[in-house]
Order: sequence, then structure tokens, then C-alpha cells
Amino acid sequence: MSLFEKIRQLLFRDSMRAFGTFSVALLLLLAVVPAKDHFRQWLGYQNDYQRLIRNRSDGVSLARRFQGGVQQTWLPDLNVVDRCTTCHVGLKEASLVGVAQPFRPHPPIPHALSEFGCVMCHRGQGFATTVDDAHNSTLAWEQPILPARYVESSCGQCHEKPLTGTPQLNTGRDMLARYGCVHCHKIASPEGQVMTATDTPPPLRHVAAKTSREWIYAWIKNPQAYAATATMPNFQLSDDDARDLSAFLINQSTPYLEGPAKAVAVSSDVQAGSSVYGESFCASCHAMQNAAGLMVGGNVGPELTRVGSKVKPEWLGEWLRNPKTYDPETAMPHYRFDEKEIGMVMGFLGSKADSDFMANVKLEPATPAQIAHGKTLVNERGCASCHEINGIAHPDNFAPELSGVGSLALAKILFAPGIPHTVPDYIAAKIRNPHSFGSALKMPQFTLTDGQIDSLVTALLAQTARAKSLPATMRIQAPSPSTYQPAGKAGRLIADMRCFSCHMINGRGGSMAPDLTWEGSSVQRGWLVNFLKHPNTLRPALIRRMPKFNMTDDDASTLADYIMTAYQTPAFDSDSMDASKFAAADAAHGKDLYYGKYACNSCHILDPAKDKGYLGPTLTQAGTRLNAAWVFHWLQNAQKLRPGALEINWNMGDDDARAITAFLMQQKGGAK
Amino acid sequence: MKRAVVALMLLAAAGCHRVSSPGPAATAYGVAIVSVSGDKQVAGAGAALDQPLVAQVNDAQGSPVAGAMVRFSAAGDVRFDPPSGLTGSDGQFTSKVHLGGMAGRVSLIAITQDKSGKAYQVEFPEIALDYQQMLGRELSEQYCSRCHNPESTAERVSNHDNLAAPPHLFSDGAALNSMTKANLVAVISHGGSAVGKSAEMPPYGLTLSAADIEALAAYIRAVADPPYRPQGVFNANP
Repeated sequence: MSLFEKIRQLLFRDSMRAFGTFSVALLLLLAVVPAKDHFRQWLGYQNDYQRLIRNRSDGVSLARRFQGGVQQTWLPDLNVVDRCTTCHVGLKEASLVGVAQPFRPHPPIPHALSEFGCVMCHRGQGFATTVDDAHNSTLAWEQPILPARYVESSCGQCHEKPLTGTPQLNTGRDMLARYGCVHCHKIASPEGQVMTATDTPPPLRHVAAKTSREWIYAWIKNPQAYAATATMPNFQLSDDDARDLSAFLINQSTPYLEGPAKAVAVSSDVQAGSSVYGESFCASCHAMQNAAGLMVGGNVGPELTRVGSKVKPEWLGEWLRNPKTYDPETAMPHYRFDEKEIGMVMGFLGSKADSDFMANVKLEPATPAQIAHGKTLVNERGCASCHEINGIAHPDNFAPELSGVGSLALAKILFAPGIPHTVPDYIAAKIRNPHSFGSALKMPQFTLTDGQIDSLVTALLAQTARAKSLPATMRIQAPSPSTYQPAGKAGRLIADMRCFSCHMINGRGGSMAPDLTWEGSSVQRGWLVNFLKHPNTLRPALIRRMPKFNMTDDDASTLADYIMTAYQTPAFDSDSMDASKFAAADAAHGKDLYYGKYACNSCHILDPAKDKGYLGPTLTQAGTRLNAAWVFHWLQNAQKLRPGALEINWNMGDDDARAITAFLMQQKGGAK
Repeated sequence: MKRAVVALMLLAAAGCHRVSSPGPAATAYGVAIVSVSGDKQVAGAGAALDQPLVAQVNDAQGSPVAGAMVRFSAAGDVRFDPPSGLTGSDGQFTSKVHLGGMAGRVSLIAITQDKSGKAYQVEFPEIALDYQQMLGRELSEQYCSRCHNPESTAERVSNHDNLAAPPHLFSDGAALNSMTKANLVAVISHGGSAVGKSAEMPPYGLTLSAADIEALAAYIRAVADPPYRPQGVFNANP
């Protein structure tokens, strides 16, 4: 008898036996389902959790809040279906801090987990119920968990306005605007507000007047060799390409002056020039490497460490006389230097040269073919995306739009070898080394630290399809850029001295210096005229200070009149408090409060012989500088007058505020 | 339980680590390893540390050893770039670090071996901050550090030494750990004079929101040295 026949005899000999066999088989089959359930991964975690809490003193309350089975957060408005809490059962249990994952509580955040779910911020597959499916990308599901170092990007899906607590996202967005990314790439918010550049690449229409072909050659070969802080990227040009590009740029350049540049007697007294540079507070905007190798100064203008090797003296003279002659859009103010000062600054800047920088650059006169090739290169590399160049139109959408790059479909990405197949890794690799994706790629090489790359990736990852699909009410929009432009003679002076480069007025301008929107309510006219002519230091701890613009009496008084009239707060009437009517007893009481109850001297110097705190402005001449009603209201609620002011919101009672105001208005000391 | 942790660690490793080819073999051996720089840094969970870790391998006489193998390791998904390599002519090996995704005290370990294979190690203690603590750090940079941090930088001149009652460093655990959180919040909100301390500490209760002040307290706890030990829950688990 064959084996088959034996089995058949055993199981199916008669109908009774066959029925029994089928019944047992069916029973086994049916048992598979509960057995499979018993071995679910999440059930294992839930059992682990119960073991974990069993022996804790708070175990009873933890157990009471524990719910078994698959848990789900469903938020139809946000397109969220999350089952993460099936395994992450301790997310809301603060007492479990320090236990091993997946049971740790979520760190405190300003949002309720049940209102936002998990995948909004962490990505991953919310409806998966196994570790691998939820956290990793698989063939069917391509959204892996977002690495923690980019998690701030998720805040950026709703928070378009800079947010305290997400420094990396804020830095990344600033960099997108400042490092030239948005000159080539369009990046728009879900509402369609397009990110604008905050850098001002120089126009090249008259570049031959400014610098030499040799300098251009050396610069475009390696901008960071000239200035470590340069934001211009490296286009990795060959020697021949750099030769031809520099030839074309010189060739297209046209004169910017009607006649020859005015001759200047350059002073050889470098020390005196350095003093003018210092007194004019050029370092508020320009950085320079000092003798110790430290970079000192701001980043509004270009670094000047080797500027003597770059600019032609006759150009520098005209530039210092009035920068707008060469570049009408420059952020640099018109300083109104006299010829002697121009000569001194030229002497100082001329001494900031580095003979090594262009030592090996030897260029033959350019041929027409080289110039023509240079023009081709300018078009190919997109130079005109950033710079104005004669005969080359600004190319629109030179590079791919990045408005939705944060949720790019993996299937649409061509990964270079060795890069993990995730969107963050792709973006990071592209920024870190664009040429790893092929040498024909147009994107240039930027010089960035790891932290800067993380910041840029974070900002780009915020540009998701999810952000677009969220209800508009959830988004916190950035204020749209202000186009405020004061008119008339004062308006022209404000433009000429580029007040907006540092000061914010009515929502427009820089953040380096105080907001002047309500300056007219804050100060006295006499002081303002004097300050405009001879700016002195109000805040001893500040490095960046108001430059001296060498204004005429007429200019200073026009500007002061305008500020006193136009920049008035609606919060109070600046004539409402007469400083001469304060009682002496008030002032005496104010002095006690100033030094005692409120310890104002911790931050303000009033008596230079005695006081030491130097965070806030000096108050030695508060009585001639400030408006009494402003001081009174400032003491009551400074942030109401100037949002973000560092002054404490004292919520001071009328009596205390009046007494301190009376005391401060007595302070008219010191010539300075 | 253990399986779960291992699985998670593997996951994190699979997600983050680049495959590194085995480096060159050690050409020299030391008998001690010390930290040169890079310890006691504070950064957001998952973020890059500002300064790289620098470890130095020494011989029995305390002179630096060139060509010794140094390997960095840590629990969780900390990334080292590079994770291992040979010391240079100065006996030092440098690695850049991205912290792991979990906030808290982080212990990064540099290991070297002598000829017999005996391991020597040095710890680089670091601190990873969660969201609330990061917020606290941002706020502290804006409002507090000018007085509470005696160090001056080019961008921020310290006011610390101008005050009659020197403010505590936020890392001063010896002084601040003994204060309850309610106490910390009270000093920040109502000022020093309200709790019998110097009026030089102003009241921030109306300048900052309650959530901001909570965040400052969380940051103070996070950077405390010695570390802050909360009154924990009794836990009989091993």
C-alpha cells in the first residue's frame, strides 16, 4: 500500500471519518485568526507597558488611564489618521519621563497631541500598526519618520511668521533669502506670498570702473578665498571659463560717469583713515578681519579685509563721495564726507590689500571668441539671476520652483549613489555637494557649515503639500512687506542716508537700530537736531552704532521737523505732560524709587560716577532728550509703545510713574 | 521590552547612518585618552553641536600618540562624522556630532585600545534640549543672559559684573536645584524683591507670558550642573 493510500485510509475511510477530518481542519483554520492577533507587535508593546507600570507607585493611576487595543486619532480637517498611540501609550504621562521608548511621554509643546496628531510634525505612516511600516519607507509607503534634527520644519507648515523656539527654521528661512537661493528658485507660501531676497548682489553694468579683470577672474574662481564671509557661491569654473567670463564682464561694462573721476589726494596716514572708518561706524555694516584673525563687524555690506586688492582708487573715491552714483539701489548711505576724509578712508582701505590673492593671475588680452564664449557662460550659469549685466535679461524661473519641495514624491527624485532614499537626505545632499548629482548641474557650490545645511533643509522641508491642504485659519502668516516711502524733502533725505538699511519705520526697514515709527513722541526736537549732527552713544554696550552723516544744519532741521510731526503715536498726546510743572517732592520720591524699588540703575547709567549698569540707554540727559509723557507711558507699559522692547513691562501705577518721570526730567547733566 | 529598544535603535541607525567603510588599522597605541574640547555643549535634540569633539590619546608618559585608533560611541541615534579614525600628529582625533532625537543628558564616549586590546575611554557629557527648553534658551539669550552670563562676546557685552548682587548662572545647579519650580517661576514673574532677594532682578510677569516663564524654568533645569534630580516616582522595576 502506498503512503498516499495509507493517509487516505486513515483520514477518509468512511463518511464519518471524513467529516471529522474536515471539522478539525476547519477548527485549525479558524484558530489562525485569534492566534495571529495574539502575536501582533503592538500587543507585545501594550503588554510590556503594563509590566512596566505594574511596580510603580503611580501604577494604579497609569493603569486606569491605559486603554488596550488599537488606538486612533482621526482629524478629518487635517487629513490625519494616526495609530501611533497604540504603541506609544505613555505619550501623555509626564511621570514616565526617562523610561525607554516607545513609552516615553511627549516633551511639552504648545499644542495638544489630540488636536494635531503625530504625523503632522513627525511624518511617518500614521495608520500603520507595525514599527517598520510606521517609521520607515517601504515599497508601498514612502513617508519615513522625520529625523529629529529637522522637526522644526513641521512648525513652519503653519507658522510663516518667525517663531521664538524654532531657531533652526528661522535661520534657514533667513538664509534662503540672504544666500541668493530665491534669486534662482521661486519659493512661495501656501497663500502664494513669494519669498524675496534680502541680499543685494551688486550690478555689473559698469564693473570695469570698479575693479580689474584679474580680480574678477580670481573672485569667480573662488569667492571665499577673497572673503571668508562672501555669500557668492563657487561655480567651479575651469581656468578657461573664468578667463572668458571675466573677459565678457569687462567687455560689456559701460562708463558710469560723464567725465573722468574727480582726483582725490589719498592720505598716507593709515591710522587717521582708520579713525575716520571707526568714527563713521563703517563696522556696523562691514566686517574686517583684525590683527588677531577675528572677524569684526556687520554683514549688511561686503567684507573689507582685502578690499585694497579689489577696487580701483578712482572708483572708491566716487563711491565714498556718493555711492548712489554707481549703484542707485545700494544699501550704503550717502556719507557727505569732505575731500580730506575721503582721502583718509581711501588710504586706510587701500592698505587692506593682499598681494597673494591675485599673484598668479596672468591674463592675455581677450579675443572676440573668448568674449562670445563668456557671454554664453553668463547665460548658462544664470549670472543675471542675481546681477544686472548689459545685454542679458534677468532669466525667469532659472531653477526649479521649491514651493512644494518638502513633500517631493520619491519617484520623481533621481538619487545620486550613496544617498539614503528620503527627501531630507536628498535636499541635504543637493545643498552639500550639488555636483555629486552630475557635473552638468547648474547649481553652484556653497560654503556652509553642517548646522547651516540643517537649517536650510529644515526651512525647505516646511514647504509641503500638507501645508497647502491645511485650513487657512491654522496658518499664521508673516506680515506682507511694507512699501512705506516718506515723501518730500525729508523723504529724499531718508532715502539718501538709507535710514531703512538699519531702522524700521512703519513696518519697513532693518532691525539693527531702534524702530523710529513713533520717534516723534519719544524725544525732544532740540536733542534730535543735535543728535543727527553729532550722534553720540546712547547704549554703551552696543557695538553697532549710528554713523555720523555730516549733515548740514538745514538737513538736520528738516529731518527733525518731519520726525517730530509725522512719527507720533496715537497712544497719548506728547504735549500732555509739562516737565516744568513737576513738584520737587515728586522728583525726590522718584529718585528713591529709581534706585530702590525698581533698581533702574541695574541697566541704566544716570550718574556716570556711581552707576554701572549699561544695558539700556544712558539717562544722564533724559531731561533734555526725552518727552515727559513718553517716559510716563513707557514706565507703565513699554511693549505697548514699542513691541518687543527689552524694557520690563512694569505696569507701574500713576503715582510711581509720575515720580520717576519727574526725577528723570531733572536729568540734564553733561555736555554729552 | 529589550527587543523593542534594540529594534528602535536599529531603526534609527538604519535611517541615519551612512555606511562607512572600515578605516585604516591603528599604527600606534596609547594607554590613556583625554577630552581636549567639545564637552559640556548644549544643543537642540537632533541638532549639530557647535564645536566638534576632540579627544587625545596619550602614552604612559602623558605625551600624545599619533596613529592610535579612536572610536566614538553613544546610546541612541547620535551621529558622529567620522565615527572612528586615527589620531593625527598631535595625538588628537576630531569628530563632528549630531545629537540624537531624545532630549536629556547625553554621554558621548571616545574609546581607544592599547596593544593588548584593553580599552580606555573618556566621556564627553552634553545636553540635548526639547522644544520647551529650546524656547527657554532663546528667551534667555534675549532677556536673561546679559546679566546671568558673565561672559562677554563681540555681540553681547555682559552686565553681570555691574550688579551689586551677582546673578546666578543658569547652570549653577548648586544654587538653583534647591529652589522649587514654583519658586523659580515666582522670582522670574515677580522679581527679586518679591521673594526677599535683590530688586536688581526685575519682574518679568507681564513682559513674558506664563508659557515663556515655564520654558525658562525648564531650560534652567535642563542645563543645571550638577544635574537637577526631580523628586521622582518610586519605581520597583530593575
